[in-house]
Amino acid sequence: MDALKRYFRSPAAVLGLVLLLIVVGMAISAGYLYPRDPLALAGRPLVWPFTNPRFLLGTDNSGRDIAAQIFHGARISLLIGGVATLIAVTIGVMVGAIAGYYGGWIDNILMRITEAFQTLPNFVLLLVLVAVFGSTLTTVTIAVGIVSWPAPARLTRAEFLSLRSREFVQAGRTLGMPDAQLILREILPNALPPVIVYAGVVMAVAILLESALAFLRLSDANVASWGNLIGLGRDVLRVQWYVSAIPGVAILITVLAVSLVGQGLNDALNPRLKQR
Amino acid sequence: MRILSLAGRRLAASIPTLVLILVGVFLLLQLAPGDTVDAMMAQMGGGDAATARELRRFYGLDLSIPMQLANYLWRLVRLDLGFSAIYGKPVATVILERLPPTLLLMTSALSFAFFFGLVFGVIAARGVNRWPDTLISTVGLIFYATPSFWFGLMAIVVFSIYLQWLPAGGFEDIGAIRTGIWRVLDIASHLILPSLTLGLIFLAIYLRIMRASMLEVLNLDFVRTARAKGLDETRIITRHVLRNALLPMVTLIGLQAGTMLGGSVVVETVFSLPGLGRLAYESVVQRDLNTLLGIVFVSALLVILVNFVTDLLYARLDPRIAAES
Repeated sequence: MDALKRYFRSPAAVLGLVLLLIVVGMAISAGYLYPRDPLALAGRPLVWPFTNPRFLLGTDNSGRDIAAQIFHGARISLLIGGVATLIAVTIGVMVGAIAGYYGGWIDNILMRITEAFQTLPNFVLLLVLVAVFGSTLTTVTIAVGIVSWPAPARLTRAEFLSLRSREFVQAGRTLGMPDAQLILREILPNALPPVIVYAGVVMAVAILLESALAFLRLSDANVASWGNLIGLGRDVLRVQWYVSAIPGVAILITVLAVSLVGQGLNDALNPRLKQR
Repeated sequence: MRILSLAGRRLAASIPTLVLILVGVFLLLQLAPGDTVDAMMAQMGGGDAATARELRRFYGLDLSIPMQLANYLWRLVRLDLGFSAIYGKPVATVILERLPPTLLLMTSALSFAFFFGLVFGVIAARGVNRWPDTLISTVGLIFYATPSFWFGLMAIVVFSIYLQWLPAGGFEDIGAIRTGIWRVLDIASHLILPSLTLGLIFLAIYLRIMRASMLEVLNLDFVRTARAKGLDETRIITRHVLRNALLPMVTLIGLQAGTMLGGSVVVETVFSLPGLGRLAYESVVQRDLNTLLGIVFVSALLVILVNFVTDLLYARLDPRIAAES
């Protein structure tokens, strides 16, 4: 309860939550407000925003409603961001927990692999994965998750290293608990909070990665994604710059919301760490 | 000397990492649909199965995968990255041609981000919780959330299309033949927008880290001593605080080198710069897997080198690191 109160005392955190709720609201209401396929032809191409009440945000190069694509795009961004984060955090926690708990050569090998993933530029690995496995919604989401796990792994490992010799763990070991139970039931619940807070950063980066991939037309072209729309708008940038500008603002707001909420949670849950 | 051997040891320790990356990506690319010969046949406009078989034997693609891997690693030791069927040149040549724009872009983006991150971080830390701090921190947060390619496009709209101050893309003006200083100025004007675009997110990160690290150092005892000696505030900041506060920033350069290289893929595509990042993108689109693997190798090498330099710099800033070893 204290943490909740601390969270709502920070104006930035509250703003982040409001923005996030708006984006989630857009994702939920997309089906009711724009029941038609957002990628279907809706009217004349390149209608400027606020000139036609039927297309509040105008239409793109091929006459598709931008507002509909923005609303449906919120679903895609949140879906890819959320699932990719889940994948990244799951792999990261597993690797970090095993490395931190067992130490020794297991730790050595796992950390070498983590280092390899960190040495290879994220986006280059993402390109390789897309080149190999193609670019459907599923493969892109998994690929974004796969390139994002090293940071949560390091964080989990650090937590496990400091927790594994604590008294409550030693007590458990003396009672004869098996390793799996010690890791999952005793240490993990204590190690998880900072990792969950860090998930905000992972999700922000995941959304940016997917939008960059979509902008390069290497993501799934059959879904209404904000990055896709920016890539399309690039062809008419000279005059109809709004086609690219509008979805960019949507990405900016979503990433801002996710990072503000993550930051707010971090400050609320670790009040001692908060910088003056 | 001690510094060098310390950093050298870290450099040696990264060789297994490099091998791990190469083996991993090599095996990964075996899963990709189509190989070099398929790409070449498509380039030639098709051919019969006998030609394909002949070509596969010529490039050693008929061997088992472990043999191919061993061949590849052995060729790498001799700095032979294989042959790019798409460009009709050795991969090493293609990459070397594309390296300078990327290195220039990364250096200028890094300098921009580092310098302004430092300046704004110091300003924010000195006016902590007052309006300059709030303003700088807010702008930093917005920069952090801005997709770089989108910022690049908007910068093109404003500075190239409406104001017509700067070129919208390319590395240099091909129409005019310039030499000497004019050529340098021309390339510089082409690099302003890409550097700003690539550096933006790093500017946001650096200023945040710089602010936090300044606040931490400002509270240490030796700063209080310096104040008690009667030094003025500017001198305290420049001579005492800055050098210590810089340490986390330098660490960050090494950590972010890979992210920056990845970011240049997108930025180079937006501004059609003929760099390594754009080559990576093109080789994915054209399924030029040999080149892609070469880029993976070179970019990992680049990241390792940046970390090596960072280690040296770090030891230079903090002599205790070299002394402890």
